[in-house]
Amino acid sequence: MTPPVVGWTDHPAAVALAARHRLRAWEPIPWVLALAFYFAFPKYLGFGTELLITILFALSLDLVLGYAGIVTLGQAAFFGAGAYTVGILAKRGIWNEPITGLILAAAVAAAVGLGSGLVLLRTGGLTLLMLTLCTMALLEEAANLAHDYTGGFDGLDSLAIAPVFGVFEFNPLYPKTQYLYVLAVLLVCFAFVRTLVYSPFGQSLRGIRENTLRMHAVGAPVRRRLVLSYTLSAAIAGVAGGIWAQANAYVNLGTLGLDRAATVLIILVLGGHGRLYGAFVGAIAYMVLSHFLSKIYPTAWQLGLGLLLVVIALFASNGILGIAEAAARRLRPPRAAS
Amino acid sequence: MTASLLETRGLCRNFGALAAARGIDFRLEAGARHALIGPNGAGKTTFVNLITGVIPPTSGAILMKGHDITRVDQAQRVKLGIARTFQINRLFRRLSVLENVYMAVAERVGAAPSMVRPAGLRRDVVEEAMQLLATLKLAADAGRPISELPYGRQRLVELAIALGLKPAVLLLDEPAAGVPSAESHIILDAIDGLPRDIGVLIIDHDMDLVFRFAERITVMVSGAVFATGTPREIGADASVRAVYLGQAARG
Repeated sequence: MTPPVVGWTDHPAAVALAARHRLRAWEPIPWVLALAFYFAFPKYLGFGTELLITILFALSLDLVLGYAGIVTLGQAAFFGAGAYTVGILAKRGIWNEPITGLILAAAVAAAVGLGSGLVLLRTGGLTLLMLTLCTMALLEEAANLAHDYTGGFDGLDSLAIAPVFGVFEFNPLYPKTQYLYVLAVLLVCFAFVRTLVYSPFGQSLRGIRENTLRMHAVGAPVRRRLVLSYTLSAAIAGVAGGIWAQANAYVNLGTLGLDRAATVLIILVLGGHGRLYGAFVGAIAYMVLSHFLSKIYPTAWQLGLGLLLVVIALFASNGILGIAEAAARRLRPPRAAS
Repeated sequence: MTASLLETRGLCRNFGALAAARGIDFRLEAGARHALIGPNGAGKTTFVNLITGVIPPTSGAILMKGHDITRVDQAQRVKLGIARTFQINRLFRRLSVLENVYMAVAERVGAAPSMVRPAGLRRDVVEEAMQLLATLKLAADAGRPISELPYGRQRLVELAIALGLKPAVLLLDEPAAGVPSAESHIILDAIDGLPRDIGVLIIDHDMDLVFRFAERITVMVSGAVFATGTPREIGADASVRAVYLGQAARG
C-alpha cells in the first residue's frame, strides 16, 4: 500500500528530520582510517586494539550519558562484568569460543545493568552518581573476595581463547587478529547504537535528557525507558570488557575500577557527548595525548591532560566535536531568514 | 445524571502541617471552558498536580468519566486524555520545534518505543505534528531550536505539545504568564481556537484572560473551593471580591 498523499513532508523541518539518520559522506572515513592503520602501523596494533576497545566502551557510555542524560561514574561495572564473564568461563575451560563468549559477556553485563538500573534509576543527580559509583565498588570488592573464581587481586591470566571462526588465532604479542576482530565488533555495535539513537526510542531518550518532567507529562514511561537504555548500554560495555579480556588473554580488578570509569568519562567529555563520534575523537585524543605526553614528561604527564580537560570543561562543554561543529557553522554561509 | 468528564471528591493533600488541598469537590464537563482562580498559595498548582498524578492525594478521589483514576499513574492518565501545560515553559530546549511536538505525538500513537526505524521516517507522526504547528501558526518556525523563539511563541509550543496528546481534558497553568503584552494576543487567539470538544481548565491570575475565556469560574482560597459559578455570578459575589478580586484590584 502506498502512503497517503501528505502535505507537510516537503517542509524543510520535516525533510531535515527525515534526513537526519542518513549516512553522511564523511562517515566511512574513520573506518577506512582504522583499516589503513592496520597496514600502515603493524607494530602499533596492540595500541590500536586498546584504542578501538576504548572507543567501544566510550560509545556505550555515550548512549546513557550523551543521549539519555544519565550521569554515571560506574560504567566500568559493566566492562568488568563482561571481562570476568569471558575470563572465568575461559579459565575454567567451560567456554572459550570468542564470538559467543561476547554474547555471554553482553548478557551478564546487561543483567547487572538491569538489576542495578531498576534500583538506581529511581534516583537522579548526585544520588544517582554516588550509587553508580557504589555499585561498581561493590562489584570490585566482590571480585576481590571471590578469589577462587576471579583470582582476586592477581586476576586471571593466560586465558585460552579459541581462534575466531576456528581459524584466526589470537597472539598477544602480535595482535593482528585481535585488531581486525575488535574493529568488526566495534562496527556492529556502532551500527546498533547509531540505529538506536535515531529511532523514536532514541528521540524519546533525548526528550528525557532535555526535560524529564515534560516527558512524564506527555505520558512517556520514563523510568522504563531509562532502565532499558541503561541495560543496552551495559550490554555494549560488557562486550567491550569481554573483548578486552579476549584480546589481552587476562582479566584483573582494574577492569572494574574507578580509574577505568573516570577515564572513559573524561574521554567522552573530551570528544563531545551525545554525538556518537565523540567516543572516537575523545578516545583518539586521550590515548594519543597520554602516549606522547608520558614520553615527554614521564613524571607529570597527567598534568597536561588535566589542564586540557579543564580548558574543555570551561570553554567547550561540547568537547572537541562541539568546537568543530561551531567552526563549521561559522564557515557555512548563514541560512536565509524565512 | 451522567458522569462528569473529570470530577474530584473530597480531594485532600497535606505537605507536612500545610493542607494545600482541603476537601476539593470539583467537576469539569466535556467541552467546558472553566477557569480556576485564587490568590497566590491558594493551592491551584497543587490541584493540577493532583489531577495529573504528579503527586498522590492524602485522601479523596479523582474520577474521569465516572471511573476512579486516583491510583492511576501519570503516564496512564495522559493516555486517558489528561494533558497539561506548565506555568513556566518546560520544553526540550535544544531540540527543534517540530521535534518538541513530535515527542508528544509519538507517545500518543505508540511510535516512541520503536528502536529500529528512524524517527524522521514516521511520516504519520511528522505529518500530524506539522499540522498541529500549522494550526497554531508555528509551521514557519518548525525547524528552529526552541531557544531561538521569542517567549510568546515558546508558550504556543507548550500548547502544541499538550494538543499533540489529543486530550479530552486540558489543564492550562497560566498560559500567558511571562508573555509580553504585545505578544499575548497570540496565546489568547490560540486558546479561543482550541477544539470545542476539549474540556479546558485554565488556571490564571489574569482577570482579563479569565473573564474573556471562561464560561464557569471556580475560586480557590487556602486549599479549598471558595465559590463556583458563572463569570457574572463570581464577578458580582461580594465575598469573592473581598478575598480575591478586591486584592487584585488593589494590588
